[in-house]
Formats: sequence, C-alpha cells, structure tokens
Amino acid sequence: MEHHHILRTITKLLIPIILLFALYVQFHGDFGPGGGFQAGVIFGSGIILYGIVFGLDKAMAVIPPSVLRVLAALGVLLYGGVGLTGIFLGGQFLDYSVLAAEPTKGQHLGILLIELGVGTTVAAIMILLFFAFAGFNREERG
Amino acid sequence: MVQWLVDLLSWAALLGGALFLVGSGIGLLRFPDFYTRLHAAGLADTLGTALTLLGLGLQAGFTQPSVKLAMILIFIWLTSPTSTHALAKSALHSGLKPSSTPSSGGKSS
Repeated sequence: MEHHHILRTITKLLIPIILLFALYVQFHGDFGPGGGFQAGVIFGSGIILYGIVFGLDKAMAVIPPSVLRVLAALGVLLYGGVGLTGIFLGGQFLDYSVLAAEPTKGQHLGILLIELGVGTTVAAIMILLFFAFAGFNREERG
Repeated sequence: MVQWLVDLLSWAALLGGALFLVGSGIGLLRFPDFYTRLHAAGLADTLGTALTLLGLGLQAGFTQPSVKLAMILIFIWLTSPTSTHALAKSALHSGLKPSSTPSSGGKSS
C-alpha cells in the first residue's frame, strides 16, 4: 500500500465527505429518507475505507476497539433508556409523546434520540466486525 | 418554448447516457480479457452516469435535487476512475498479463 498515491489521495479527500454524509443521513432521517441504521453503516464504511487503505493499525489508532465496545453498548443503552423514560413519565415503553410538554415535540425528541442510539451502535458494530475479520489472520500467526 | 428546449436537451442527455451504459454492459460481456472489460466498465460508466444525471438535473431545474445530483456526479467522477485504477493496478501487480500486446501484433490468444 506504500505506492498507491492515487488511492491514498482520493481516500483522504473522500473520507470527510463520507462522514459528513453519514451525519446528514442521521439527522435528516426525520424529514427525508435516512435514519440511524443507514447513517451508522455509512459512518462505519468511512472508517473501514480508512482501514483498508492505510492499514489496520492506523484505523485502530483512530478508534480503538475498546472505545467501540463502549459505544456499541451506549447506543443500546440510549435506545432502552428512552424507552424506559417513557414508562417512568407515565406512558408506555417507547412512548415519545410524554417526553416533552407537547406530544409532537416529545415525538420529535424521542425519534431523534432513538435514531442516534441506533446509529452509534450500528457504526460501532460495523467497524468492530471489520477489525475482527481484518485482524483474524494476524492473531493466528501470533 | 424554453421548456420545450430543456425537455429536448434533457431527453437527448438521458438517451445518450442510456446508450453509453448499454455500450458499457455489452463491452463488459463481449471484451476478451480483464483489462479491456475494465476499460469498458470504467470509462463508459463515467460518461453514461454523467449524461443520465445531467438529463435528470435538466428536468429538475435549479432546485435542491439538482444540487444533490451534481454532488453525486462529482462523487462518481472521483470514485469510479479511482476504483478502476486500483483494480487494474492490483491485477497487474498480481501478475495478470493483458491478452494481447502491441508488440505481438494483435491477436495472441
């Protein structure tokens, strides 16, 4: 990978755009096509592209697997937490209407938080899967 | 009058793009070896997609969708040649020879 100048240059140029597009898909999901899962996959693919072109070690330096495990759990926690908050505020599980003073604002806040949780978990799991498969041979050899 | 002209240009671009994409597909099926197939896929893909998106952008006018189409176009113009380059380079490095070279005089397979 040392001599792939074109590949490296284009990758450096594109990764910020890919990550930005992932955030756009994430937070535009309430108004248009998109959502947490798609955004997570796009975000993960940006990091995976970095890992493929620049090597696994550098990608692991960007986001260590230990941080990713915490992020993956945090996303699920956020999802479940929003759901349970609905119960504690007198609604049902995943009942967004009670989250704010007005039902519409509560629903807006709820879906935003839920999708953020989904996006975080999906991105973390995608990158972790790539790390696990890419590092498989390395651990075998010792 | 202007709408008619825009429609005409848009349809010409869409049909031209479709022509290039069909040519790309035929080349992908009919060309003899990996490199020529890569040429058909990569080269015609850029122009075919560009003309198709141009036709769609003409239909949409100066609106948000056409800005998005322009962004898609720039993204494809950056990525398609890069992936073609990476594929050809890795094939050459792993020892795949082109089926015919100019020195051997055309058909060698």
